[in-house]
This record gives sequence, C-alpha cells and structure tokens, in this order.
Amino acid sequence: MSEASQDQSGGPAHRTVEMGVAVACIVFGLITILGSMQVGIGWDASGPQSGFFPFYLGVIIVLSSLMNLNNARAIDGEREFATWYQLRQVLAVIIPTTVYVFVLPYTGIYIASMVLIGGFMMWLGKYPLYKAVLYGVGVPVAIYFMFEKWFLVPLPKGPIEYWLGL
Amino acid sequence: MLADIANLFHGFAVVLQPSNILLMVIGILLGVIVGVLPGLGGANGIAILLPLTFSMSPTGAIIMLSCIYWGALFGGAITSVLFNIPGEPWSVATTFDGYPMAQQGRAGEALTAAFTSSFVGALFAVIVITLVAPLVADFALEFGPAEKFSVYFLAFCSFIGMGKEPPFKTIASMMIGFALAAVGLDSVTGQLRLTFGFTELLNGFDFLIAVIGLFGIGEILLTMEEGLAFKGKAAGINPKVVLQTWLELPRYWMVSLRSCIIGCWMGISPAGATPASFMSYGIAQRISKRGHNFGNGEIEGVVAPETAAHAAGTSALLPMLALGVPGSPTAAVLLGGLLIWGLQPGPLLFVEQPDFVWGLIASMYLGNLVGLILVLTCVPLFAAILRIPFSIIAPVILVICAIGAYTVHNSSFDVILMMVFGIVGYAMKKTGYPLAPMVLAIVLGDKAEEAFRQSLLSSGGNLGVFFSNGLVSTIMVLGLVALFWGVISDLWAKVRGQAKAAA
Repeated sequence: MSEASQDQSGGPAHRTVEMGVAVACIVFGLITILGSMQVGIGWDASGPQSGFFPFYLGVIIVLSSLMNLNNARAIDGEREFATWYQLRQVLAVIIPTTVYVFVLPYTGIYIASMVLIGGFMMWLGKYPLYKAVLYGVGVPVAIYFMFEKWFLVPLPKGPIEYWLGL
Repeated sequence: MLADIANLFHGFAVVLQPSNILLMVIGILLGVIVGVLPGLGGANGIAILLPLTFSMSPTGAIIMLSCIYWGALFGGAITSVLFNIPGEPWSVATTFDGYPMAQQGRAGEALTAAFTSSFVGALFAVIVITLVAPLVADFALEFGPAEKFSVYFLAFCSFIGMGKEPPFKTIASMMIGFALAAVGLDSVTGQLRLTFGFTELLNGFDFLIAVIGLFGIGEILLTMEEGLAFKGKAAGINPKVVLQTWLELPRYWMVSLRSCIIGCWMGISPAGATPASFMSYGIAQRISKRGHNFGNGEIEGVVAPETAAHAAGTSALLPMLALGVPGSPTAAVLLGGLLIWGLQPGPLLFVEQPDFVWGLIASMYLGNLVGLILVLTCVPLFAAILRIPFSIIAPVILVICAIGAYTVHNSSFDVILMMVFGIVGYAMKKTGYPLAPMVLAIVLGDKAEEAFRQSLLSSGGNLGVFFSNGLVSTIMVLGLVALFWGVISDLWAKVRGQAKAAA
C-alpha cells in the first residue's frame, strides 16, 4: 500500500471476518432448523411435511459452515480484510443508501434520489453546488419520464409529487 | 429436424419485424452500457429492466432482455481492453493481453479481435442450441420427478466440484439460497413456513431482489473500497484496422474452435463463462507457439478468452430453454422472466410455445450480428461513459437498483431487502463465497424441492428411487462425479505423480 503513510493502514484481520461470516451462516442454519421444526420435519398422511426439506438444508448449512469456520482458523492472522480507510469508504456508501431505502416510502423516490445523488457528488466528489443540483435534479426527472411516461411503470411518490399533481 | 429449420425461419420472420429490430437495438445499447458500468452486469441489469417488460409481448420482451445480455457480454471487453478493468468477471482473462495491446497503441486491433471472437463464440453456441436443444427437450419430455431432481442435482453438484471456490463455501452459499427459497408458502402442502410471524415474508424472497442486491449494490461497495479511478486508453478504431484484424484472425481458427468447444461445454454444465474464459486462455497459452509471449499483448490471448466467454454465456441458455435449469445467474434471471410472463420453461416450451422459442433462437443469431456492428461503430461513445467520475455514477446506479427492486412487486420492503442483500453480497465476495450458486438455488429451490418430494412420495420415502432406472442413475452418478471432481482429480494427479516418480 503506497498511501499507507496517512491514517490508511491497519484494519480488521481477514481471519476474524471470515470466522464471523462462518458463524453468521451457522446462526442462519440454526434458524432454518428451528423454523422447520415448527412446521414439522417428519412424514404425515400426505407425505413429507413442510419442514422436511428445509430441515436438512439447515443441517447441511451448519455442517459446512463448521468446516468453513475450521478452515478460517488456519488463515494467516496478519492478512488484512481491508484497511480502515477502505471500510470508511464502504460505509460512506452504506449509511446514506440505508437511510435512502428507509425514507423512500415517506418522501417518494424522486426527492430522496435528488438528495442522494446531489449529496453524494458534493460530499464524496467535492463537486460545486450547481453541478450537484444539475445532476441531482436531472437524473430523477429523466427517470420520471422514462418510467412513468414511456414504460408506464408507477414509482413511489411522496407529498411533494402529489402537491405538484404528478 | 426439417420442421425445426422451418420453425427457425418462422422465428426470423418474427424477429425481423421493425418493432422487434428496434427492441433489439435498444437492448444491445442498454446491455453494452450495463456491461461497461461497474456494479451493473448482465444478471442485475436484466433484473432491473425486467419490470419494464411486464406490459410487452413475451417475444418482444425476451428479444430485448436477451439482447441486453449479448450487449453486456460485448461491453465487458471494452473496459478490459481500454481500462484494464474487467466490467464483468468473465472478461478478467481478456485484460491479460487486451490491455497491453492497448498500451502499445493497438487498442483498435484488440477490440476488433475481442468483438469478432465474441461473435464467433456466440454464433457457434447458437448453432449448438439450434441443433441440440430440440433433441434435449424431446428427450426430457419423458422425465418424471426423479429424473427432474437428478438434473437439478447434477447442475448443483457441478458448481461444488468444478467451481474455483472452496467447496464448503459453495455448499454453504447454495444451501442458504435453497433455504431462502423455502421461506413463505409451501407449494406442496400450502402451509406457511420459516416466516416467524413476519407478514412481509409470506411470499418468500424474490430472487430478482437478491440479484439486484448481491450483484448491484455489492459490486458498488467493492468498487468503492478499491477506490477506482478510471484511467483509460484512447479507443482508436477505424474501418482499416477492423479489416486488417479480420484478415489476420482466420489464422487463429484452431484457437477459436477450441475455445468455442470449451465455452459450450462449460456453459451447458453450469460452470459458466468465467471459468471458461480462464480455462481457454490457459490452454491457449500452453499450446500456442507464442505462448511464452502471452501477457505482453498477444492477439491470441484476446481471442481465446473472449470466444470461450461468449460461447459459454450463450450456451448457458440451452439447459434453461430445454430443461428449465439455467446455466448461469443471467440465464436464471431470464428464466424468472419467462415465469413472470406466464411461460413454463422446460421441454414443454418447445411444444407449446414454438413461436416464442424459435423467435428467441432467431434473435440470438441476429442480436449478436447487430451487437457486433453496434459495438464496432460505437466504441468511443461507450468508452466515454466510463470516463464519468464514479462519484456521479455510483449514486445513479444505487437509485436505478432501488427502482429496479421496487418495481418487481411495487414494494418498499423489497428495497430494504435489496440493501441487506447488497451488504451480504459484499461480505460474501470479500470472503470468497460464490454468489452464483446462491442465486440459482433461490430460483430453482421450489422446483427442486417439489421434484424431490414427489419422487420420495412415489417411492414411500425410499432414496433408492433416484437409482431406480438407467437414466436417472446415470444422471445421479454424473452428479456425484461432478461433486467429488476436486477429490478425484487430486487423487488422479497423485497416482500419476507416483507413476512418474517410479519410472
């Protein structure tokens, strides 16, 4: 890493993350087993019950994840998953986008997209305000015409769109 | 056979309607753009655009969507050669020699070679589909539930044994896909399962949401982490270069033919385009007289992977059409499209919807030809798209993914699910879990389970039903061989090694 001179070096070990993923898979497998047992995993008059197939899926998930967990322990602990700087960059996408998908039902897709695109350009791209506004407004407007007018697919709208009568 | 040819010509007549030609051109253009942009590829590009086709006729829709696929296959080559960034995983091998050629100022030559090889590979695969698919479908009409399950078994075992990823990771990823497919209404007993009281999960997980999240959002996150700055070579392509390259290409007919066969084989068995391109490159390097110079800008090093990738990508549609088992995530998305339009993929499709099937096959011939012409003429335009800074492209792609996820069921919950799949996809990619088996399992889960349970029902729970006749046993044994392929080839290498040491 050439840019390691700044605060960009260091990061979680690949081994830890890999073990974490394996544990998450095991939890997922256990939930599957639990859910299958709730609906019955055996046979009844009409043949295999609803939980029959997923139960064994859960078992295989747990077993193969145990193997993955075991293999993960052998990974060199020095190897980095990613640097903290890189993870911050990833979070810089995840956090705004997560907010975006949660506010979508309330604001409608157009307003939320304008803020997301414009904000992204100003924050990460360091673009001047007028450019951010230009793209931020232009792209949703283009999407509006393509989806709602051309292909007749309705997209979620919020109070402002209703006020405008779109 | 003759009837098939008549059907094919009828298909051409359908495709050559002006409205369908227009859809074809739109599809190719969208496809190349999707292939060029990071975070959008064949699978999620088609998944996002699928809702746009709900109101079209199935034939028009499949022409447009399959053309997006051809376009995406072509688009991957542009970024590999000019920017040293594989737009798609199957074009990684194309960067090895394509980018050095661009650095030496031979970008036009490399691109022409790549596009032409793509076309040749696809054409070969389409011919294979034309000849083989009806036979396979005919044969598969006789399949009972046990045979159907054995085909699924073979498909999924090939992923485990033939894939590059560690087998246990492939198994985990695949089984999680199956488990996600099982959530919701059980199609056999009509009972709800694995919903844990969440009404949002009643209908289960839609694989389109998974595809958009895993491939689209996941890819954006990866690109963000790598902090890509696109620095591309100029795309100098003109008719003279194209003609010169075309005159040179016939010399590599042997490489082409070999790559076509590798590609078709890997595409039909669901190993996919990516391993096909690597394998073809590797073999070409070993066999070629100029193999030592591979990696420094050998035209053969562009021809081999591109031909194989395109042949594999195209032939992946064969099992999808004839058996209802898609050979790649993109084929799986197309299969999902067929289901949405009310068509049942599989052998019966050839009998019940010949217009549709042969229209699709005819559009493969024409779509690739139109694609070749379009990419050769529009390269600079597409390269310009890549020069748009990532901080503009990224949020736009995020918005498009969200729209795609929303429009599948007009559900805001799906958009949130997409985000979850996106983060999961990023974590899985980073830790080496393959995504394709998971997606295929979500698509095929219900059908595989149904076939499994019906077979067991008929045998009273005896697993012997999967070895009850010659056909089903053969497919199951092939599946087991594929499953343990890694172990078998290791053993074989050891035995040979010992034999050599003894000699």
